[in-house]
Amino acid sequence: MRDWAILAAGVTLFALLPLLGGNYALRLGTIFAMYAVLALSWNIIGGLAGYPSFATAAFFGLGAYASAILAGKSVPMLLAWAAAGIVAATFAVVIGLAILHLKGHYFAIASLVLAEVLRELTNSFADLTGGGMGLNLPVLRWTVGQEAQFFFFAMLVLVALTMIAVLLLRRSTLGFALRCIQQNEDAAVMLGIGARGCKAVAFMLSAVFVGIAGAIYASWVHYIEPGDVFDVLYSVKPLVMVLIGGIGTLFGPVIGAAVFLLLEEAVWRSFLTIHAAVLGGLIVLLVLFLPDGMLGSRKARLVWRG
Amino acid sequence: MIYLQVLANGVVLGGLYACIAVGFSLVWGVLNVINLLHGSFIVLGAYVAFFSYHLLGLHPFLSAPLAGMLLFVLGFGLQGAIINRVVHAPVLMTLTLTFGLDLLINNAMLVAFKADYRKIVLEPPLGSIALGEVILPLDRVAVMVLALLLTLLLYQLLRLSRLGRAIVAMRMDHDAARLMGINVMRMSAVTFGIGAFMAGAAGSLLSIIYPISPLNSTLFLGKAFVICVLGGLGSVPGAMAGGVVLGLIESFSALWLGPEYAVTVSFVLLIVILAVRPTGLLGKRGFE
Repeated sequence: MRDWAILAAGVTLFALLPLLGGNYALRLGTIFAMYAVLALSWNIIGGLAGYPSFATAAFFGLGAYASAILAGKSVPMLLAWAAAGIVAATFAVVIGLAILHLKGHYFAIASLVLAEVLRELTNSFADLTGGGMGLNLPVLRWTVGQEAQFFFFAMLVLVALTMIAVLLLRRSTLGFALRCIQQNEDAAVMLGIGARGCKAVAFMLSAVFVGIAGAIYASWVHYIEPGDVFDVLYSVKPLVMVLIGGIGTLFGPVIGAAVFLLLEEAVWRSFLTIHAAVLGGLIVLLVLFLPDGMLGSRKARLVWRG
Repeated sequence: MIYLQVLANGVVLGGLYACIAVGFSLVWGVLNVINLLHGSFIVLGAYVAFFSYHLLGLHPFLSAPLAGMLLFVLGFGLQGAIINRVVHAPVLMTLTLTFGLDLLINNAMLVAFKADYRKIVLEPPLGSIALGEVILPLDRVAVMVLALLLTLLLYQLLRLSRLGRAIVAMRMDHDAARLMGINVMRMSAVTFGIGAFMAGAAGSLLSIIYPISPLNSTLFLGKAFVICVLGGLGSVPGAMAGGVVLGLIESFSALWLGPEYAVTVSFVLLIVILAVRPTGLLGKRGFE
């Protein structure tokens, strides 16, 4: 009950942002909501089920391209977004059934390579995807302010949906099964948990909202290209956010996304040429000195380590 | 016979690839750390060769040991001071840590050397030889021979020296190795250093073939991934087999599908092999 109240309060407060700030604040708010979606989604497969996934960029780019291609064929925007979610989810189930039996590093590498493969394929099939030239999306006939507000609220609705899914998942049998798998998969299988199916569903849940986020992002920026939306950083940033907030915690990913965004903005502003190094340094410090994150407890980490 | 030519190209390429991957495979197999820095280490080695050639007039073949030594020091320091602290943490932590370190080092290289592609042009060029109808560029062949020699040296080091046996012992069982009096933390740093040595030396040799730029590091890293998965993790023969197989696959897929698909094919193959046969083609583990 308390968690639902926090969620409702958070979303309401955040929805007031357009009253307070200008377009820059809205832009930051939109990115924050997008990051929160990515981090919450990663936490389902990476935190809850304990599988170190680097597939976020693959889902994000897939969603972006699916909706951009549909939008180019004059499919209505909301329908294209929904289709993007379905495409990403289907992809996740199919790939998940193939690679989720891998453990540790092997799973990490297989998931990391997904985005690379998709990027190369996108580059190769230029007829459909525009190749390295990228794709332009239809321009909306709105004012700048209207557009900023629209995409802000779109991302806000998406992050609320993601959060609701996570809250429902926590209390469900599936969530319980995933926690068992994370702690000891062999024991979970012995107890009759269908680990294969559970993991595939978790992977799907971690893909669907990311796919839609990619679609909204594509409509928002009007132009996508393979190197942009399949960037490996989309796989790594959510993970860093979750590490900041506390792995496997409920609201940790959201807090992590906010902290990360603030750091990122500050770094971009003051150290343009070395922003990657600053991000790298942040990651190193985080892993060495704050491995449990801000909301994580030491006890939780011991359980997670098995 | 175009097939013979493509076959020869593939084998030569495979020799180079083996050298790229063997240090990566060693670190992954012994320390259970996926070293995302490996690509940047190779590029650093190439820069050592570039500057020694242009400032000191040192031939890249001679600067390879120098690059290796410098990278050994860097690797030893990184593992000893930073990575050792989390080496027993879950996979995610070490992987994220090396990613962060790679961002740092790669950005430092971009600032120091710029993103421009540089190249070492040997004076005089080595030319090529013809064996029947097969034409082999001599620079590639020389690099392949030296790369294989280095790999063989590493193999013998692991098999015959006390140091090598200690590394193999660690690979089999960290705790038992510690009970036998091996300083596991120090040896971890040495192992990581040797991995970096191989990367630096490989980068130095490759500098006469590939253009040099910090942007190339992910290319090398991707190859190391595929080779390790193809050949099976953590053995020198595995890395060599994986390298040759990848070289052949890239050459033939470039012939049949076009060169732009070479990377896609190798990555798709990586996922398929992982899904079907995660122990690799040789299916053997270890540095025994």
